[in-house]
Amino acid sequence: MIQFSNYDIISNLLFATQWTILLSLAAFIGGTSVALLLTAMRLTRNPAMQTVVRIYVELFQGTPLLMQMFLCFFGLSMLGYEISAWSAAILSLTCFTSAFLVEIWRGCIDTLPKGQWEACRCLGLSFLQTLRHIILPQAIRVATAPTVGFSVQVIKGTALASVIGFVELTKVGTMLNNATFEPFKVFTLVALIYFALCYPLSLYSKHLEKKFNVSR
Amino acid sequence: MSLVNLHQVHKYYGDLHVLKGIDLDIKAGEVVSIIGKSGSGKSTLLRCINGLEEYQQGGITVDGNEVTTEDIQVRRLALSVGMIFQNFNLFPHMTVGENIMLAPTIVLKKSKAEAEEIARAMLLKVGLEEKFDSYPEKLSGGQQQRVAIARALAMSPKVLLCDEITSALDPELVGEVLKVLEQLAKEGMTLVLVTHEMNFARDVGSKVVFMHQGKVWEEGDSKTLLSDPQTDELKQFIGAVL
Ligand SMILES: Nc1ncnc2c1ncn2[C@@H]1O[C@H](COP(=O)(O)OP(=O)(O)OP(=O)(O)O)[C@@H](O)[C@H]1O
Ligand SMILES: [Mg+2]
Repeated sequence: MIQFSNYDIISNLLFATQWTILLSLAAFIGGTSVALLLTAMRLTRNPAMQTVVRIYVELFQGTPLLMQMFLCFFGLSMLGYEISAWSAAILSLTCFTSAFLVEIWRGCIDTLPKGQWEACRCLGLSFLQTLRHIILPQAIRVATAPTVGFSVQVIKGTALASVIGFVELTKVGTMLNNATFEPFKVFTLVALIYFALCYPLSLYSKHLEKKFNVSR
Repeated sequence: MSLVNLHQVHKYYGDLHVLKGIDLDIKAGEVVSIIGKSGSGKSTLLRCINGLEEYQQGGITVDGNEVTTEDIQVRRLALSVGMIFQNFNLFPHMTVGENIMLAPTIVLKKSKAEAEEIARAMLLKVGLEEKFDSYPEKLSGGQQQRVAIARALAMSPKVLLCDEITSALDPELVGEVLKVLEQLAKEGMTLVLVTHEMNFARDVGSKVVFMHQGKVWEEGDSKTLLSDPQTDELKQFIGAVL
């Protein structure tokens, strides 16, 4: 049996952390892009589009992320689509992230007074012009803090990718535990690394929130 | 020739019958004050004229064009109808200058320089030329409302709709806004105002429309109507506000 020194444990964990960060980034970028698209669909006054968005949100908010990953990974391969753990993880995390972001952003857009839309309409601006010049610049300011805050959930969500065999921080932690039988040490380190990733983001989100409240 | 014409306009909010067959004719240069109790449909009437609200029956024309709530129509209408709101609705993330220049640049496709020239001229008109670079939140309510007027004027509308535009202001700030309106009236701008300022309606207005329960209950020359109301409802209303 191989012996693992503390140094080995830590260096293995830190190496795996890269994958957690990469997966988080991919999910966050994917989720943001999809959420932008969904937000645009929701803002058009087309009832069919709005229904599609509503069902999407309810589906992905209403089921556990783990089940979504299972379905993505095992379900798709049973249907004959071979999909890597990496792709399945990104795909399901993207759906999960976008479903929450689109709701968060909806709240932000709704806090803008209806009068902003009406003033634009009375000045002859089109829907897209109104969005681009009036609604989005204001909504982005409101939305930044909760969006950064939600990125913490995305990072924690990546831990579930270990279950479908994607080798990231949690998975490597589990493997090291199996090899060393030192769960307390290993998982404390894993938790500390997650904390080091998430806590600065939480702080930053709070900071943004305060800044926004002051500037209002 | 009439600039704004309403013919038998009916408007419902669900089951609520808010406008019950409104006939109204407004000529260029007229200053029309719409008065009436809360809930009588004054705001709704204004909002139907510029396509912010749908109506279910009858017809409205502005400058000969049929008013509907379709986007294309509303945007064309916006070229001839300006609107000022009770709570200003300035764009808080833009300076006063940017607020005024926005529509001339992106709707009328004017160059930045041209738009700026217009904006400065309109600010001069409302007496705020030195506020070009300020943000709305730094202005008093009266100043914000005057910026809103300048913003609407920058589109050179044929008629300006004003919905209780002094109601949200501290009493000492009402005068400066009314003065701007009076100046506009003198220059021949067509104004349609929902207002509680009876003195203004009588002294500056050319016509008063008294709304009651979704109908035009009484209308006529402003001085005659206010000094010699015909219906009990108007007598009562005037008694209550004066
Ligand atoms: N969006 C809406 N949905 C449903 N009912 C509405 C809506 N807007 C107005 N109403 C109703 O329509 C009626 C007329 O409203 P409106 O705002 O036109 O009255 P108003 O004469 O402007 O009153 P006020 O002096 O209080 O501003 C009221 O009974 C009001 O409750
Ligand atoms: Mg009203």
